[in-house]
Amino acid sequence: MILMPNETRRGFLGLMAGGLALAALPARALSTDQARALVQKSLDEVYAVINSGQSPAQMYKAFETIFARYADVDIIARSALGPAARQAGAAEFAAYRQAFQGYIGRKYGKRFREFIGSKIEVTGARQVKSFYAVTSVAYLNGRSPMEVEWHVSDKSGQSRYFNIIIEGVNMLASERAEIGAMLARRGGDLAGLTADLQKAG
Amino acid sequence: MPARNFLAALGLTATLSACAADRPGDGINDPFEPMNRKVHAFNRGLDKNLVKPLSEGAGGAAEGGAGGKAVEAIGNFGSNLSLPGKAVNHLLQGRPLPATRMTFRFLLNSSLGLAGFLDPAGKDFALPEEDTDFGETLASWGVGEGPYLELPLIGPSTLRDATGRVVDLVIDPLNSRLNRDERLIGFGARVVSKAGDRARFGDSVDSILYESADSYSQTRLIWLQHRRYELGEEGDYIDPYAE
Repeated sequence: MILMPNETRRGFLGLMAGGLALAALPARALSTDQARALVQKSLDEVYAVINSGQSPAQMYKAFETIFARYADVDIIARSALGPAARQAGAAEFAAYRQAFQGYIGRKYGKRFREFIGSKIEVTGARQVKSFYAVTSVAYLNGRSPMEVEWHVSDKSGQSRYFNIIIEGVNMLASERAEIGAMLARRGGDLAGLTADLQKAG
Repeated sequence: MPARNFLAALGLTATLSACAADRPGDGINDPFEPMNRKVHAFNRGLDKNLVKPLSEGAGGAAEGGAGGKAVEAIGNFGSNLSLPGKAVNHLLQGRPLPATRMTFRFLLNSSLGLAGFLDPAGKDFALPEEDTDFGETLASWGVGEGPYLELPLIGPSTLRDATGRVVDLVIDPLNSRLNRDERLIGFGARVVSKAGDRARFGDSVDSILYESADSYSQTRLIWLQHRRYELGEEGDYIDPYAE
């Protein structure tokens, strides 16, 4: 470094600083855009399935695939299961997680008819604590517009949404109550819950 | 008579504020759960045997047929009658502009809208209904939500909202102007309008009441979340990564 000509050294430092500034400053804006793009892309795919004219069973499978691609299924399944997730063995949890994913695809997929001829407009995104909230408005036939908020995080290593809030109603909280009640019905037996989930939704 | 009733309502409100210590950690304050669950079982039975079959009759039509239009018109008529009460509540919440808009909406729809069966105020004058009630007024005065209640026939509520419903009957300016038959007609129109809602939101209601593992706790959770959202009283965000 000492032998480096002055000009070069200054240029080098300038480049470093510029790179750092680039890395530090627009990161937030970029992530807000990324979060927004993620929601938009998953919505586009959902509508493509709704308009595809497939059979309902094929649609539920396609919704499940979209959910697995854009949502952080692991954290959603874990959070829905609550404290029992910490005691579960890896294989047992993986089986539950797989069943949970199919259950979500069917449960929410079943409602696809309400979305025929509808549209959801992404309206904005903002940072909330360590994650991003993407806001959108759903225009469904015969209903007043509904506010739908998506919570997106990259804590899993990739940008994924982990919660959807429709007019204040929170999917994660609702699934916590539902999975909690299903687990209680099985006396706390996770394998039993997994078997029930494979049929539910 | 209304003045004395109003004072009694205020007294009740003061009592409510005194016991406003609210919401434990999970956001649900339900000391009457055993009683509420009994009422829930009753309401669910009523829905299954009466409301759902009836609303499906009305709702088959709701897909654009003549019956659907009739249900919509009756619904308009019923909600038009609720506008003076809403205007009063907007005023009590210190919001004169929505109060004025709801008054104009009422006058327009009652005249041009043929006694409220049509909705020209919403369609042509950009005066959509701005919903409110005395439960919201109490919330704006700082009264706590109070325990969760499931009321027979009416469904989910809280002590604050149940009180609000009673007060709304008393402070409704139309109440003293209508005779018994007119009030009955108004009530009937609101029931039909509710049946129309049951048909329109049928899949959502079915999935909560008949497909969840514990329909009582799902109903309670979803209703409370939505109500708090309406009143701007939502709790904290859930951050599952921080747990």
